[in-house]
Amino acid sequence: MRHTISVLVENKFGVLSRVSGLFSGRGFNIESLSVGETIDPAISLMTVVTIGDDQIVEQITKQLNKLIDVIKVVDFVEFEHVEREMILVKVSPKKNDKAEFLRLAEIFRGRIVDSGPTTFTVETTGDEKKIAAFIELIKPFGIKEFVRTGTIAIAREGIKKIK
Amino acid sequence: MKISGAEILIKCLKKEGVKHIFGYPGGVVLNIFDILYDEKGLELFLTRHEQGAVHAADGYARASGKVGVAIVTSGPGATNTVTGIATASMDSIPLVVFSGQVPTMLIGNDAFQEADIVGITRPCTKHNYLVKDINDLARTVREAFHIASTGRPGPVLIDLPKDVTSGMAEFIWPEEVKIRSYNPTYHGNKWMIRQAAQMITKAKKPVIMAGGGVILSEASKELKELAELTKIPVTTTLMGLGAFPGTNKLSLGMLGMHGTYYANKAVQDADLLIGIGVRFDDRVTGKTSAFAPEAKIMQIDIDPTSIRKNVSVDLPVVGDVRNVLRDIIKGLKEQKGQWGAVRSSWLKQINAWTKERPLTYSFDDKVIKPEFVVEKIFEISKGDAIICTEVGQNQMWAAQFYKYDKPRRWLSSGGLGTMGYGFPAAIGAQIACPDKLVIDIAGDGSIQMNIQELATAVINKLPVKVAILNNGFLGMVRQWQELFFRERYSHTNLDVIPDFVKVAEAYGAVGLRAEKPEDVVPVLKEALKIKDRPVFMDFKVDWREKVFPMVPAGAAIDEMIFDEEKKKPEKKLKAVK
Ligand SMILES: Cc1ncc(C[n+]2csc(CCOP(=O)(O)OP(=O)(O)O)c2C)c(N)n1
Repeated sequence: MRHTISVLVENKFGVLSRVSGLFSGRGFNIESLSVGETIDPAISLMTVVTIGDDQIVEQITKQLNKLIDVIKVVDFVEFEHVEREMILVKVSPKKNDKAEFLRLAEIFRGRIVDSGPTTFTVETTGDEKKIAAFIELIKPFGIKEFVRTGTIAIAREGIKKIK
Repeated sequence: MKISGAEILIKCLKKEGVKHIFGYPGGVVLNIFDILYDEKGLELFLTRHEQGAVHAADGYARASGKVGVAIVTSGPGATNTVTGIATASMDSIPLVVFSGQVPTMLIGNDAFQEADIVGITRPCTKHNYLVKDINDLARTVREAFHIASTGRPGPVLIDLPKDVTSGMAEFIWPEEVKIRSYNPTYHGNKWMIRQAAQMITKAKKPVIMAGGGVILSEASKELKELAELTKIPVTTTLMGLGAFPGTNKLSLGMLGMHGTYYANKAVQDADLLIGIGVRFDDRVTGKTSAFAPEAKIMQIDIDPTSIRKNVSVDLPVVGDVRNVLRDIIKGLKEQKGQWGAVRSSWLKQINAWTKERPLTYSFDDKVIKPEFVVEKIFEISKGDAIICTEVGQNQMWAAQFYKYDKPRRWLSSGGLGTMGYGFPAAIGAQIACPDKLVIDIAGDGSIQMNIQELATAVINKLPVKVAILNNGFLGMVRQWQELFFRERYSHTNLDVIPDFVKVAEAYGAVGLRAEKPEDVVPVLKEALKIKDRPVFMDFKVDWREKVFPMVPAGAAIDEMIFDEEKKKPEKKLKAVK
């Protein structure tokens, strides 16, 4: 099962390698990982998406908690939450397809952030499903490359526990 | 007043109550060693290899319960500590290791003797630090000792760039340590503890499985009280030897791959298995799906990651073992159960297993059996020695045929299985406990891995005894080759074995040899008389001897093979891994 886990860490030298090293050293998967500062610049937040059965994910969260620089671990499986990921896609549609492509991008609330003689770069955000659907739909137009930020997540107001 | 980083470091060590450190000098730690030159309250023992320094610090820690300390130089000095640190990490031993580092300006430049030791040791330390600012030094040392010695203990490394130790700053000792992200759970959840007491009372066939955590939390007294109060038999893991008296009526000895028949049988038949300070290592559980199939499992441990890692647990209690046991005992006493009567048939059954297949070997009057040597060591030392071991058959025989009645008398690399651990660990133990008899039970292979530490023992007049069970082979590997690889002894015959008596003498130690069974006791007695030097005892033992019982890898722990089956067809001896 897919789990989105947020890891609040001390914003210290080497902390990213402690977290990523834990995953590689213990054979856990990382589907995506994103890191950024929080309101308190001494604290960073990492969002890790991982896949594993209950026992593995329990180990992952416990092992993360055990790292000295980790302040708090939240597995969003237990909480109502919002997930987003941003993607930048460079597409080179054929002349005839341009209009169709732009229409499609709009449906996905894509914004053109750059364009060249033959390419458009589109930005869009959404949860994992939306991003996957977006990629599928624009594939036929000729994707040159894309970049994804990895998932970030935040609990919904009130933080209702699911289980 | 400003003082140098090196001086700050030494002041910190003294504040932490450190008296003995182990180390090896080099370029970037020269200024630290320079301070130690005049230092009175702090003694540094120069080992002959950095691995030896870390194992010695580890042996010191295991024997005394204090934090072991080592100081080494950058680059090769630091990388030489890795095996020692990993050994301590696997066995949860509190160490603080200081490594020199090239000046901060040069870090990352592949400077002379630079190694990213913080990166290298990240997975085998509890935590590690690179001190980049001299003003962080004192706080870092304080945190390191705190982290190493609290919660589930472990090694911590501090990397010290040369400009940090040679820079100048005020010495400000932080009286308190506050690490907001580090708060071990010391007390068990009340509800869980009530459940635990009820499970113990309800169980008809309970077994306690005690591990190294009992020793680390100094809970032997409580364990004994619990077992005797409720009449529950106790088996220990390799790391738990001494946590419960080996000569106690309720003791089943060690379980697992080379555990006793009756311990493994009892676990497989139990209806309640109480794991205390254990992590259900694969050497203990065998095939996990067939482990303790009838039992509900209760697990008490301070480290939540130990719980449900390898086996599923019905009742986890996270907390310091000693606190939790005290609380459970309190709950049980309130119940005033008639445990003696309830357990009598279970204890009878266990007694029958004990009689059916006791731990034995066949004595021989022509050739020395290694088990015989260990037995005699037990008798002559009256069970009161600190026994260190190397790894292999020697380690298993030392675990099986010496009865450990007290904690901190068994020093062995359980988790990592590090050959070369025992001798330097014995040196550390002897320094921690100058009045105790310290014996390293060794193999002829393992002892050669840190044999250079003879010099350390000689120069410090340490009367460490080394009993080499000399079988001419990498015995344990040979045993596997005999059993599972059709006696194809690929690279396990050591061929050229040094004359250990002469080696000892060359270093200024005493060397003794026993070639026949009747030599064993006189050699041991002779060795015990020597109080001012280390002694090597070279016991020429039967190379064919194997460690039994044995659970082949991948089998359930009651699928043991025994001595008499050694010639039987291979089908029973199928090796999976
Ligand atoms: C550093 C290290 N290298 C290799 C091994 C694998 N190993 C386990 S036991 C063993 C043989 C040990 O031989 P010896 O020290 O002579 O002891 P014996 O088994 O004969 O008592 C080996 C090579 C190990 N445990 N540690």
